[in-house]
Amino acid sequence: MFEILGIPSTALFGQLLIGLINGSFYALLSLGLAVIFGMLNIINFSHGAQYMLGAFAAYLLLQYSGLGYWPALIVAPVLVGITGMIVERLMLQWLYKLDHLYGLLLTFGLALIIEGVARNYFGSAGLPYTVPESLQGGRNLGFMFLPNYRAWVIVASLAICIGTWFVIERTRLGAYLRAATENPTLVRAFGINVPRMITLTYGFGVALAAFAGVMAAPIYNVSPQMGSELIIVVFAVVVIGGMGSILGAIVTGFGLGVIEGLTKVFFPEASNTVIFIIMAIVLLVRPAGLFGRRG
Amino acid sequence: MERVVDPLAQKPSALRTHSETIAFVIMVAALVAAPFFTYPLFLMQAMCFALFACAFNLLIGYVGLLSFGHALYFGWASYLSAYAAKVWGFTPELAILTGTATAAVCGLVAGSLAIRRQGIYFAMVTLALAQMMFFFALQAKFTGGEDGIQAVPRGYLFGVIDLRNEMAMYIVVLVVFLAGFLFIYRIIHSPFGEVLKAIRENETRAISLGYKVDRYKLVAFVLSATLAGAAGATKAIVLQLASLTDVNWPMSGEVVLMTLVGGLGTIFGPVVGSSVILVMQYKLSVVGEWVLVIQGVIFVACVLLFRRGVIGELANKLRIRL
Amino acid sequence: MRKTLGLAALAATLACGGANAQQVNVKIGVLSDMSSLYSDIGGAGSVVAAKLAIADFTAKNPGVKVELTSGDHQNKPDIGSQKANQWYDVDKVDMIIDTPNSGVALAVSQVTASKNKIFIVSGAAASDLTGPKCNANTIHWTYDTWMLANGTGKALVKTGGDTWFFLTADYAFGHALERDTAAAVEANGGKVVGKVRHPLNTNDFSSFLLQAQASKAKIIGLANAGGDTINAIKSGAEFGIVKGGQKFAGLLVFASDVIALGLPTAQGLTLTETWYWDMNDANRAWTKRWQAERGAAGKFPTMVQAGVYSGVTHYLKAVAALKSAADGKAVVAEMKKTPTDDPLFGKGTVRADGRKLHPAYLFEVKAPSESKYPGDIYKIRATIPAEEAFRPLKEGNCPLVSG
Repeated sequence: MFEILGIPSTALFGQLLIGLINGSFYALLSLGLAVIFGMLNIINFSHGAQYMLGAFAAYLLLQYSGLGYWPALIVAPVLVGITGMIVERLMLQWLYKLDHLYGLLLTFGLALIIEGVARNYFGSAGLPYTVPESLQGGRNLGFMFLPNYRAWVIVASLAICIGTWFVIERTRLGAYLRAATENPTLVRAFGINVPRMITLTYGFGVALAAFAGVMAAPIYNVSPQMGSELIIVVFAVVVIGGMGSILGAIVTGFGLGVIEGLTKVFFPEASNTVIFIIMAIVLLVRPAGLFGRRG
Repeated sequence: MERVVDPLAQKPSALRTHSETIAFVIMVAALVAAPFFTYPLFLMQAMCFALFACAFNLLIGYVGLLSFGHALYFGWASYLSAYAAKVWGFTPELAILTGTATAAVCGLVAGSLAIRRQGIYFAMVTLALAQMMFFFALQAKFTGGEDGIQAVPRGYLFGVIDLRNEMAMYIVVLVVFLAGFLFIYRIIHSPFGEVLKAIRENETRAISLGYKVDRYKLVAFVLSATLAGAAGATKAIVLQLASLTDVNWPMSGEVVLMTLVGGLGTIFGPVVGSSVILVMQYKLSVVGEWVLVIQGVIFVACVLLFRRGVIGELANKLRIRL
Repeated sequence: MRKTLGLAALAATLACGGANAQQVNVKIGVLSDMSSLYSDIGGAGSVVAAKLAIADFTAKNPGVKVELTSGDHQNKPDIGSQKANQWYDVDKVDMIIDTPNSGVALAVSQVTASKNKIFIVSGAAASDLTGPKCNANTIHWTYDTWMLANGTGKALVKTGGDTWFFLTADYAFGHALERDTAAAVEANGGKVVGKVRHPLNTNDFSSFLLQAQASKAKIIGLANAGGDTINAIKSGAEFGIVKGGQKFAGLLVFASDVIALGLPTAQGLTLTETWYWDMNDANRAWTKRWQAERGAAGKFPTMVQAGVYSGVTHYLKAVAALKSAADGKAVVAEMKKTPTDDPLFGKGTVRADGRKLHPAYLFEVKAPSESKYPGDIYKIRATIPAEEAFRPLKEGNCPLVSG
C-alpha cells in the first residue's frame, strides 16, 4: 500500500472504479442525447424524465406483473421507447421546420408533465427497488469491496455504448442514418423512409435513457426528481464532448465520471461543480467541444 | 421565430402607428389604479416578474438567443441586494443598485463564455452556468443556504421615506418597472436594436456587412442580465427575503414560460405573460400538486399551437405592433 | 385557495338554540408542502389531522366555530411568506400551522410576529425557532434539530455506539446537525473518528461510504435529509455496511422515508422520533380514523401530522378559554400557561421560549422477518423523558427568556 498525494492507493483505485460507474450513466445518457440530436437536431430535454420513466417502469413491472430486473431491462426500454415514438409522431414532427429552440421548449414542457404526474401518483419520497438476487454481494478486490452489481453496470454500459457506436458508424443502417442527417431529401430520393427512420431513432434514444433508468433503479433512489437532478450535468457533459460524434459522447461521459470521482476524494465539496468548471474551461479553450465539429 | 405580419405593409392608421403608445398608457393607468382594488404585495411581485420577463425577452425575442439560465442574474442580484440592505445597512435604493451591478458583472462573465456557442448550445451553456452558481449559492455562508436571507429591512428610501408604508413601496416598484420597461423600449427602437434584429434574422449576413456580431450579442446579454438583476434586487426589498428559489433552474424555466405565453418578441407580451402565470399559480395552489403538470401542458400547447403567445396573437389579429 | 369547512357551525346554532351566545370564530390555515419533497411528511395528511382535531374539539365545545383552509408553500420561502401575508391580511386567518421546511418556517415566523397572529410549527426542524429567532407569536411543536441530535447521539452512545463517522450534507442544515450530534456524542463519552462532507442531492454515495467503512466507526451518522439519506442508506445496503457490523444513524428520518426505502434496505437504522402510530392503543385508534379520512391506501401518519392534531387541539383550548383569537401574543401566553393534554402526545407543556415539551423515543427499524403487518416498522430502543429530550431553556439564547 503506497500513498499518492496523501491518499492511500487503495482508496484512490476504489474511487476511480466508482468514477467509472458514474461515468457509465453519464455515457449512456449523453449517448442517447447525441443520437437524438444527430438525427433530429433537437435537444431532448425530457431525456431525464424518460430515464426516470425507465426506473419507474422497472418498479411497476415488478409490482404488478412480477417481472423482475432481467426482463425489465428489455421490456422497460421498449415500453418507454414506444411512448417516445408516440410523442415524436404526435408533437415533435411539426417542429422540424421551425427554429430548433422550439424542440427544446416542447421537450422541456414534456419533462415537467412527466415529472409532475409521477410526483402526484407516487409522492416524492421514492420507491423501493432492490438489487436482483443474482447480482447481490460482491468480491473483495484487495483495494476495495466491489459490489457485483456495480461491476455489471460498467460492463453493460460499455457493451451498449460500443454496440451503438458500431451500428451507427460501421453498418449500412448507420450509414443511412448519418446520410439522412446530412441530406434528408436526397436520402428520401433513394427510397428510404426518412420520417420512419427519424421516429425510430428518437424511440431508440429514449429507450437508451430508459435503459439507464432501469440500471439505476437498484442503486439510486427511484424518485420523480431523479432525472431532473441528473440531466443538467449530462448537458454539461455534452457541451464538453461536443455533439459531433457518438464516440465523443461515450469517451467524455466515462472520462468525466472518473474526474468527478477523483474530485470526491481530494476535494469533496466541489464534486458537484467540477464538471461545470471543466465546461467553462473547455468553452474558453476549445469552444466546439473536445470532439465536436464547429457549430 | 415566428414573426408578426409587418404593419408597415399596409397604409397605417392612427391605431396602428400609435398602438404601442396606447397600450403603454393603458398599462400605466391600470398599474396606478390597481392597488386600490387588488392586494398591493401581489401587484409588486407581479411587476418584478414582469420586468424579469421583459429583460429575458430582450435576448430571445430580439436577438434570438434563448438563455435558459436567467435565474442566475435575478437570484444573485436578489441575494446581494438583501445582503446589502440587511448586513451592510444600505438604504434601499443603494441596495437595489448593488444587486443590479452584481447582475451586470455576472452577465458579463457568463455572457462572454456563452456567446462562444450558438443556438441550442448557447442555451445549454447558460443553463449549466446557472446551475453551477446555484450550487455556489447553496454552499456559500452569506446566502443563508436553504433558509435564504430573511428579515431584510425595507429601510428608508434616500434616508427619509419609510418603505414599510405599502404605498411608498408600491410607487418605488412602479418607478423601477416603468424605467426598465422604457429602457428596453428605447433599446429595441434604436439603431443598436435594429442591428440586434438583423443578427436574429441572419447572422452571417450581418457579419458580412461588417458588424462585430459577438460584441453586439455580448452587450445585449449584459443589458438583459442587468435588467433581470434590477427585478431581482427590487423583489428582495419588497418581499424582504432572498432565497435559493430565485437562483434555481425552475425559476429560469418559469421566465421562459411567462415570455412564451405572453408572446416572444413583443414588448407587452412578457408583462401579460408573467401576470397570467402568477395569477395561475395563486389560483392553482389549491390543487398544488398539479401546478407542475399544468405548466408543462401550457408549454407544450404554446409551442405546438399558440406560438405567438397572447399578445402576439392579439397583435397579429389587429395587425398592429405590440 | 380556500378549502372552507364550516364545521360545527350548524351544530352550534342548533345546540345553543339561539344565534348569539358565546360564539367564538376562529380561522386556521394549514400551510404545508403539498406537492414535493415533504408532501408525505406533512402535506394532505396534515390537513386531515387538523380536520380531526377541529371535529373532536367542536363536538365538545359548540361555542367555537372553526374555519379551515390550506395552502401549498412548495418549499419556497417566498411563496410561504406571500401566502402568510395574504392569509393574515386578506383572508383573516388567525393561526398558521405545519410548514415542513425550516426556511419557510423562519420566514412565516417573522410575518406572524409582525402581524401579531399565531404560528405553530409542526413540520420544520430548525432549533433556532426557539433560539435566537424566537418570538412571542411562534410555538415550535413536534421536534427540532437539537432533540434529534441529542436523542440519537446520546442514546446511541449509551447503548454501545461510541465511535462515530459523519456523512454530512454540505450546507447549513447538515453542518448544524453534525455539530449538534458530535457535541452530544462527545459529551456522553463517545468519539468522532472521522467525517466527510458531500454535496446536497448526491446520487451516489459509494466514495463516501468507502471512507466510512475504512474508518471502522461503529455508527455512521447521516447528517442529511430526504433523498440524500435515502440514497446513502440504499448504497450502504449494497456495500454491505450493515452486514459488516456498522450501523446507520439517521439524524433526520421519518416513517415515510423508511417505508419508501423498504425494510430490507432500511433494517437496523436507528433514529429518533416523538410519535409512532403503533406505540399504544390511542395512537392506533387515531391512525385508523386518519387513514379513513385520508383515503390513500398504505399510508401511515407521521409525527409531524400527529403534531398538527395536537397543536390545533391545544390552540383551540386556549382560544376557548380567552373567548377570542384576535390577540396572537395573548393566545400564545395562554398556551404556555396551560399544560397540554391530548390523546396522541399525552401530557406536556409549552415552555417560555415557545418549545413544546414531550418525550422522545429512539427507534430501530425492524428486519423484514420481524415485521408482522404493513406499517410495522419500528421497535423502541429507548425512551428519553421530556426534561432531557430538548435543549435546556438557558442554552437557547432566546431573547424572550434571557431578558
